[in-house]
Amino acid sequence: MTAVELEDVDKRFGEVHALDGIDLTIADGEFVSLIGPSGCGKSTLLRIIADLEQAGGGTVLVAGKSPQRARVDQEYGIAFQAAGLLEWRTVAENVELPLQVHGMGKAQRRARAAELLELVGLADFAASRPGQLSGGMQQRVAIARALAPSPRLLLMDEPFGALDEMTRERMQAELLRLARETGAAVLFVTHSIPEAAVLSDRVVVMSPRPGRITEVIGGCRPGGAVGDIDDVRESTAFFEAITAVRESLRKAHGS
Amino acid sequence: MTAPTDERHGRRPGSDGSAVRRNGWVAPVAFGVLVLLVWEGFVRLLGVPAFLLPAPTAIGAQIGSHLPVILETAAVTGGNALVGLVAGFLVGVLLALLASASRLVAELTTPVVLAGSAVPIVALAPVFTTMFGSTTEIPRRLVVTVVVIVPVFVSTVRGLRAVAPVHADLMTSLAATPAQFARFVRVPGAVPYIITGLRLAAPAAVIASIVAEYFGGLQNGLGSRITSAAANTAYARAWAFVAASIVLGLLFYLAGLLAERLATRGRTTT
Repeated sequence: MTAVELEDVDKRFGEVHALDGIDLTIADGEFVSLIGPSGCGKSTLLRIIADLEQAGGGTVLVAGKSPQRARVDQEYGIAFQAAGLLEWRTVAENVELPLQVHGMGKAQRRARAAELLELVGLADFAASRPGQLSGGMQQRVAIARALAPSPRLLLMDEPFGALDEMTRERMQAELLRLARETGAAVLFVTHSIPEAAVLSDRVVVMSPRPGRITEVIGGCRPGGAVGDIDDVRESTAFFEAITAVRESLRKAHGS
Repeated sequence: MTAPTDERHGRRPGSDGSAVRRNGWVAPVAFGVLVLLVWEGFVRLLGVPAFLLPAPTAIGAQIGSHLPVILETAAVTGGNALVGLVAGFLVGVLLALLASASRLVAELTTPVVLAGSAVPIVALAPVFTTMFGSTTEIPRRLVVTVVVIVPVFVSTVRGLRAVAPVHADLMTSLAATPAQFARFVRVPGAVPYIITGLRLAAPAAVIASIVAEYFGGLQNGLGSRITSAAANTAYARAWAFVAASIVLGLLFYLAGLLAERLATRGRTTT
């Protein structure tokens, strides 16, 4: 089965040709990054898959369904650049939100939230308010919330963009572990070359005006290779992947 | 999320402003005492007639000798302000909720309520007195209610609309119904705005309650005592009731401020 299937997807905002002829398939459990300069349409593409925007043309299938159906069926979880926690709810209540919206009973919700907070290492903060947490911790709560309905696809729109470098590297390791443990496919929008390289099975390079896919590059962990992320960061494969992505971006930009 | 108003920032308990705030009362109190001293000296040295300006000591003596009456009348005026404040608050919030839930209600109520803010509402006092008779508190309470509705309605509507884009996207991604969106995001998110509306309305409620008494009706509140004392050339006594009105207004203001602090506590996330 495929998590996402895009065929000839097109999107215009008035005069701006945001996306042009996008073909992309993401397999179940695959980690795919979208990278490109600002305005290349990578966030728009993610929002189309999430049914937060409508495609102008082409076919979009999420878990084999229309994006709207997939959204209603909770096939995906989503995390944004801002954690977007509800500040009047406790950390656990924030994680429970998707389950509450879909009518799960209170006891079940509680148990699931506890399990997820354990998974992201925040079990001790279940009763805290989001305002008491650091930016990195808030983002971990947001990821736990996205994972709450056990989606088969995780959509992430620059979730670590506002974090400092050290926190960011820790969060990357955490995300890989979570993706592996839950078996969810991940579509990850970023503009950090090393981030895309270290996380992905495949890196999709995009260029702006109109937004197009210029190249798809194998990341440094093809086939979801398991290993310590810090070892990966020092491996030759990592540097080769970085170089390949950088050259691809330069080519796309130079033309 | 970017906070939609400045109101909610810079109010963190324990942030560096609190040390200053803790001793912040010294300067204004010293200034107030100084003003009273200058006032007293001014009145005595120049022999200002009492109908122009009585001396603070004379006013103080009146407060002392009329304390039971002052407390009694302040309780009546304060009670009217409180009843009107609660009624106006409930009506204002309810109207705002209806207006945000239904486009029709919004189009019907918003212009009326906003036009209400342009009307000098205490001008309604004599009309209400004629309508309900001069032996009940209802006319005053009604004036206060109408005065309170406007700021509460306006700030509640603003709060219900001020949804961070990321929260809107989140609720859409969760396929939440409009009712769930309201229950989980809009209404709880609007609470600080609603309380800010209450804070703005509280001192206005006292003013409306006092001024409404100027237009006849029962003679049992601070406003009616101020007019009757002034009419009887008891100027220092009139000022004593004015001083009580000021204290009453400050009490309502401080209570509103306290409510706002409690409601916005711990709301500082991004």
